[in-house]
Amino acid sequence: MRVVVDLNRCQSYGQCVFAAPEVFRFRGAESLEYDHQPDAGSDRAVHRAALACPVQAITLGGPAVPEAAVTGASAVVGETR
Amino acid sequence: MTPRRIVITGASLAGLRTADSLRANGFTGELVLIGDEPHEPYDRPPLSKAVLAGRSGTDRLALPSTRDLDARWLLGVAATGLDLDARAVRLADGRDVGFDGLVIATGSRSRPWPVPEEAALRGVHLLRGRDDADRIRAGLAAGPRRVLVIGGGFTGSEVASSCRDLGLPVTVVLRGGAPMAGALGEVVGAAIGARQRAHGIDLRTRTTVTALHGDAEGRLRRAWLSDGDELDVDLAVVALGSVGNTEWLAGSGLVADPRGVECDAAGRALDVDGAVVPDVYVAGDVARWRHPHFDAEPQALQHWGNAVEQAEVAAHNLTHRHRRTAAALPAFWSDQFGLNIKSAGLPQLADQVVLTQGSFEQGPFAAAYGRGGVTVGAVAVDSPRVMDGYAALITERAPFPPAVNATDSPATAVLGAGFGSTELSGPDLTAVHGGQS
Repeated sequence: MRVVVDLNRCQSYGQCVFAAPEVFRFRGAESLEYDHQPDAGSDRAVHRAALACPVQAITLGGPAVPEAAVTGASAVVGETR
Repeated sequence: MTPRRIVITGASLAGLRTADSLRANGFTGELVLIGDEPHEPYDRPPLSKAVLAGRSGTDRLALPSTRDLDARWLLGVAATGLDLDARAVRLADGRDVGFDGLVIATGSRSRPWPVPEEAALRGVHLLRGRDDADRIRAGLAAGPRRVLVIGGGFTGSEVASSCRDLGLPVTVVLRGGAPMAGALGEVVGAAIGARQRAHGIDLRTRTTVTALHGDAEGRLRRAWLSDGDELDVDLAVVALGSVGNTEWLAGSGLVADPRGVECDAAGRALDVDGAVVPDVYVAGDVARWRHPHFDAEPQALQHWGNAVEQAEVAAHNLTHRHRRTAAALPAFWSDQFGLNIKSAGLPQLADQVVLTQGSFEQGPFAAAYGRGGVTVGAVAVDSPRVMDGYAALITERAPFPPAVNATDSPATAVLGAGFGSTELSGPDLTAVHGGQS
């Protein structure tokens, strides 16, 4: 699971902190900090957090890049023309 | 006609979001992403905050993709040339990658310390990528006697905050009259600077570093300042703004220089005659464009949200007949010294500022910025929920000073905003031309 929060949109309502306190937390009174790559055990809580966000600031997804591409770029080089 | 192969140069936030958005728009052709870093796309804002303070590792910042991108990833290899006639991107290893559509999202890098021998001293760092952050983090963990931060923009201020989180003595040297004055003006910048000082920052305004000295092993030991002081420092972070990664476009016919690649509000690259280059788009930090809401020069908006919006606009325009333009109100945030700072609009265009809520001295506050009797920007400190209201005022071009009528509205005079100083451009504002008062 990969998480990113649009902190422009975030208004620090804290619903994510209530839903998944092991992933989202406040630093200071109004600043959200979070784990971008929470463990699989947190998946359900993170989904609840994303749904609970009043301003829809949380995007969830998976890895963008196949493992092979990161470990050996040449392995996935496309033919050029 | 939808292109068959789209190449995206740059594999950070703007590049990834372009790819994600192309697939969301139904693009089924070939997708190639080219990135000079060997890492998969990651989020940069935490580098100066949670990473330096040791609360997060750089290996835990990967950005999500909301779908299977089915893309070819060329990571760890830079784009070094663009041939518009042949419709091909040249790579550092000599290969060419042909394209039908191209999105330029190569971002920007930190402006280096201008004296190469001093910049090469061990302990002198730039902060842009995760490898930089890992090096600085290791240096901070070694317990330096004092950290020197050169430049008082957002990056410099956040680095200073992280060092205080670690209990380290910090000196911040900045040419202008207040931290973040390039983005927020000297009035608001001074209010935030006072809070930085209250957190123990040795803040030297209107001061420059005149020399960095190392020992026989080439390790940083000492800094000379223009105020005559000498500091024993083991670690310095150079935070003097950024320059666009545009060298690879030299000779391509695009308008590209250290301020960015010129494009229109639809993200379409412009050639030296000002004409649109078909099927070539620009997105993110490297895009230099004229925001349709403001009467301002073309500028690069090095903001997270801007990268996302321009990526979505480029992806839309590559897959649809009807063009969209990027018109969302500019917005950015910073977290430092326990403060949440949010900005909307373009404060740097303003010649006047007014405190609209709270107090500059303590607690939350909000301020509005105006030019020619129109509200053009706002900043909110520790009050993120008021920002939507200010964004609406800016969007509707509300009269300045705006009627806020909040219960915590102070009776405060309109002040000169304090732009146009000698502050070196901050990292978020390298290409901005501020309004003249």
